[in-house]
Amino acid sequence: MDDDLRPDPDALLAALPAPRGKLKLFFGAAPGVGKTYSMLAEAQEKRAAGLDVVVGWVDTHGRAETEALLAGLDVLPRKQIAWRGKQVAEFDLDAVLARRPALVVVDELPHSNAPGSRHPKRWQDVDELLAAGIDVYSAMNVQHLDSLNDVVSGVTGVAVAETVPDHVFDRASEVRLVDLPPDDLLLRLAAGKVYLPEVAERAAGHFFRKGNLIALRELALRRLADRVDGQMRAQREVQSRAPVWATSLGVLLVLGQGDEDSAVRQAARLARALSAPWHAVWVDRGHASAAARSSALSALAQAAEQGAHTLVLAGPVPASLIADYARRHNLSLLALSQRGNRPRGFWRASLQQQLAQRAPELNCLILAAGERTAAATAGWRWPRADAGGWWQSTLACLALTAAMLPLRGVLDAANLVMLYLLLVLLAAVRYGRAPAAWAAVLSVALFDFFFIEPHLSFAVSDIQYLITFAVMLTVGLVAGQLVASQRQSAAQAGQREAHTRYLYEMARELGSALMPEQVGEITGRFLQASLNAQISLWLPDAEEQLEALPDTPLAVDAALVRWSFDHQQAAGQGTHTLPDAAQLYLPLQAPMRTRGVLVVAVPDTLALADPDNRRLCEAVAALAAQTLERLHYIEVAQQTLLSMESERLRHSLLAALSHDLRTPLTALSGNAETLLLALQRGGRAEQEQAALLLAQSQRITRLVTNLLEMARLQAGGVTLHQDWLPADEVIGSAIAALGSVLDAHPLQLDIDPACPMLYGDAILLERLLVNLLENAAKYSPPGSPIRVSAAAEDGRILLRVADRGPGLPPGDPARLFDAFSRGERESAISGVGLGLAICRTIADVHGARLSAANRHDGGACFILSLPQLPPPALDFDPENLP
Amino acid sequence: MHALTALIIEDEAAIRRFVRSALEDEGYRVFEADSVARGLIEAGTRKPDVLVLDLGLPDGDGVSLLLDLRSWSKVPVIVLSARVDEVDKIAALDAGADDYLTKPFGVGELQARVRALQRRRSGDGSESNGSLVRLGEAVTVDLANRSVSRDGEPVHLTQLEYRLLATLLAHRGKVLTHRQLLQEVWGPGYVEHSHYLRIYMAHLRQKLEADPAQPRFLRTETGVGYRLL
Repeated sequence: MDDDLRPDPDALLAALPAPRGKLKLFFGAAPGVGKTYSMLAEAQEKRAAGLDVVVGWVDTHGRAETEALLAGLDVLPRKQIAWRGKQVAEFDLDAVLARRPALVVVDELPHSNAPGSRHPKRWQDVDELLAAGIDVYSAMNVQHLDSLNDVVSGVTGVAVAETVPDHVFDRASEVRLVDLPPDDLLLRLAAGKVYLPEVAERAAGHFFRKGNLIALRELALRRLADRVDGQMRAQREVQSRAPVWATSLGVLLVLGQGDEDSAVRQAARLARALSAPWHAVWVDRGHASAAARSSALSALAQAAEQGAHTLVLAGPVPASLIADYARRHNLSLLALSQRGNRPRGFWRASLQQQLAQRAPELNCLILAAGERTAAATAGWRWPRADAGGWWQSTLACLALTAAMLPLRGVLDAANLVMLYLLLVLLAAVRYGRAPAAWAAVLSVALFDFFFIEPHLSFAVSDIQYLITFAVMLTVGLVAGQLVASQRQSAAQAGQREAHTRYLYEMARELGSALMPEQVGEITGRFLQASLNAQISLWLPDAEEQLEALPDTPLAVDAALVRWSFDHQQAAGQGTHTLPDAAQLYLPLQAPMRTRGVLVVAVPDTLALADPDNRRLCEAVAALAAQTLERLHYIEVAQQTLLSMESERLRHSLLAALSHDLRTPLTALSGNAETLLLALQRGGRAEQEQAALLLAQSQRITRLVTNLLEMARLQAGGVTLHQDWLPADEVIGSAIAALGSVLDAHPLQLDIDPACPMLYGDAILLERLLVNLLENAAKYSPPGSPIRVSAAAEDGRILLRVADRGPGLPPGDPARLFDAFSRGERESAISGVGLGLAICRTIADVHGARLSAANRHDGGACFILSLPQLPPPALDFDPENLP
Repeated sequence: MHALTALIIEDEAAIRRFVRSALEDEGYRVFEADSVARGLIEAGTRKPDVLVLDLGLPDGDGVSLLLDLRSWSKVPVIVLSARVDEVDKIAALDAGADDYLTKPFGVGELQARVRALQRRRSGDGSESNGSLVRLGEAVTVDLANRSVSRDGEPVHLTQLEYRLLATLLAHRGKVLTHRQLLQEVWGPGYVEHSHYLRIYMAHLRQKLEADPAQPRFLRTETGVGYRLL
């Protein structure tokens, strides 16, 4: 029972993470420079050096010299994926993971996988291979580097959709530049030696101009030089052990100003160049369209992927929010896209100007504008207010007008204006910005129509009323805007506050949870309340098979659950792994191990893209994981207590039994022996009976000893006192314990001097050998030799006891050890069964195997095969002790 | 010359009976006690030359009696144990017992142990000669020169091996537990490292015993310790 708690050294070793594989990138300036060729040539060298090399994906495009390089390499078949009625061949990631080669060649790193693959991008496949400890060769061109993407498309005029994040390039163990001068490349192109996909062929004429090629080559060389430079600096820092001075230079990118993708890329490049941390925020002022919102959120996700901390801020005054955030996080460089710099009107400062006023200590950087995306252009819109708001505002204006009509002439016009303004303000508070603006316009119109001379006409006699109208309209619109923004940020703050409160409540409820089912129920209830989400909780059983908790009915991809559990990474919606899945799969990572997987399904697909909600889910998962771990340890503690208690009980019971049986037996045999000795001295005839008495009492003693031993072993509560034992000491003490039993048999000891020490319980192993030797003596004719040997073979230590008796009884030798459980009458086999059953049990608790066989030249042989463990170290020099 | 005296502390009358006759055969005057309290009084008044002590007594533990006894007496003690595991024997030996017997035991066995203890107590005259000690027929240990010879040939022992042998010699005939030996030879920091002891004992046997697997004088007390005969 307590064996479960004791860590198995093999399992511990297996649990150690395998070292991460190494990525070697073959890097080129343009297609056709010979990356695939160099890569395969190097792979061939590795294969010749004896490495297990396989080709996971290579397209030779029918070129003979490249194809010749595939000869002898193990090319894995591609995986066929059905997509839109077509069969698409893709790199088979799982095949490589199952095959576990030392090195795998995967060409075309920037490739995008067909939808339905595990990862959207091939570089993510490669990442998983590296994580599994497999080395990878791959290739890419400079235009596929994420941060250089804009630059390249600016130079060549060809947009590249498939990119690789810079961190993949930077973290590669080795980057080899495959270089070819532009003239040579153009010659190769002319000779038709460069393969281009059909789509690209149209653009090829433009792309493969000498000027472009030179520029690309320069970019590639410079990027590589940057990498080398970075490594050198890192190396120098390590060597000089210079203290890392805390730099206050952090970059804060403010999204929502224009072309977000381009801005994220530029900010990431900037942060990398400065080796500074960077954050990206988006200010949600409550009036963004769904498209703008999703574009901003996806830009945030992209920024997070590039290493930024991301957050959505909410509030009416972006500048102060941003300034506060920057100060709080010690970010001194603000990056704004150009649109933010444009004045919004003569009365309003641009965001940059506002920031300069509020936070003069911050540096502002205006990023170059990329193309405006459709989403950004279509950006501003009236927020959706329910139709009721419009009607109510309209009715309120009309009602106010009707009520005031009789008082025309009694009340001053200025007071009437005040009443209308009050109405607009109320509309803003009640129904939001759009109805308020509508109310403002309507109020101006009604005021003009009914109360300004000439009545019942929109004409205005006194020109000064135009000022009244303008002020009314402006105050109405501004008030509406302010109130609406306030409402939005209050709503968001309310939501956050609710999240926090829910988390507190959940933590408190989880604190008192006693069953995993309760954890599932609490987690589900909480996510239902906060995100309207459905959940399913999957927990591993004793065999590490994942099972869903019964109360969480949700259609879930079990394979993805498994993947998330095994890789300890989030998967599904909003992640890099199967982002098209309908749910989010979060591994429950507790300090000691992963405790399961939480599957979250949210009806509103955009909700999980909000970093706030995603963080909420992760916080919930972390809470659940810790609770599950706590439950696990409670269970372990209870089991330990229980087994300690039952062991104590068993122990005292057996001790009492042993005492109560041995005491009368001692008296019996001792007195019988005394009697025998006295009768022998007197030469009396009764000595024969006395001798019988003694022999029988000794026989009962052996039987009782065996029975007690068996009871102790079979009760399962044996505590092994394991120690390092020299083989000759174990064998020697067994022989000594048997005493005169072996007198009739010459012993042949054959103990290999090189035999390593055994790790076991000295008393139990002696008992095992005593039983085997006793059997050998009992079943072989007097005078025949008994051979005992010890030697190490194939990582196990073998102890053999061989006799020259009649050999084993016919039948399966393994059944000999089952005698006890077979239920045969003990008398028929005179206790042998019990002895061997004890032997087998002792072997079992040592993790050893006990087998029996007939010797070729007559007799039986019993073999105990113990696992050979690394011997203990002696931590001093034996010759030089003080 | 007065007769040697023995004290049996054992609650089972039938066992006392045959132990008594076994000891009387050896020429002892035998006294008996059946409890811890009685035993201590008898041991104090009779001043026995050997004490046979049962570990399970009705009014207490034999080990506590031993601890009490050892504070004022060096009488050789043989412990009788009816329990299954070795923990009790080790506890008794660590508390100062000289030898142990597991129930049920033979009369001859008991007599042999008593004789061995008595021999050790009455001086090492028969086997040692000044600083020279003989082990079996072949091995001679010269305590003064710290040298060992076997069949007249000098045997090289490392410092630790010699120290181990010397410790065993100092308590010849007595069972020394692993803990006692480790503490004496290696020091208190090593009492958990019983594999050191086993390795050095194997070395000693290789150097001194004719057949290391069937040692004549460096005997193993399985699970408990070693004894030099």
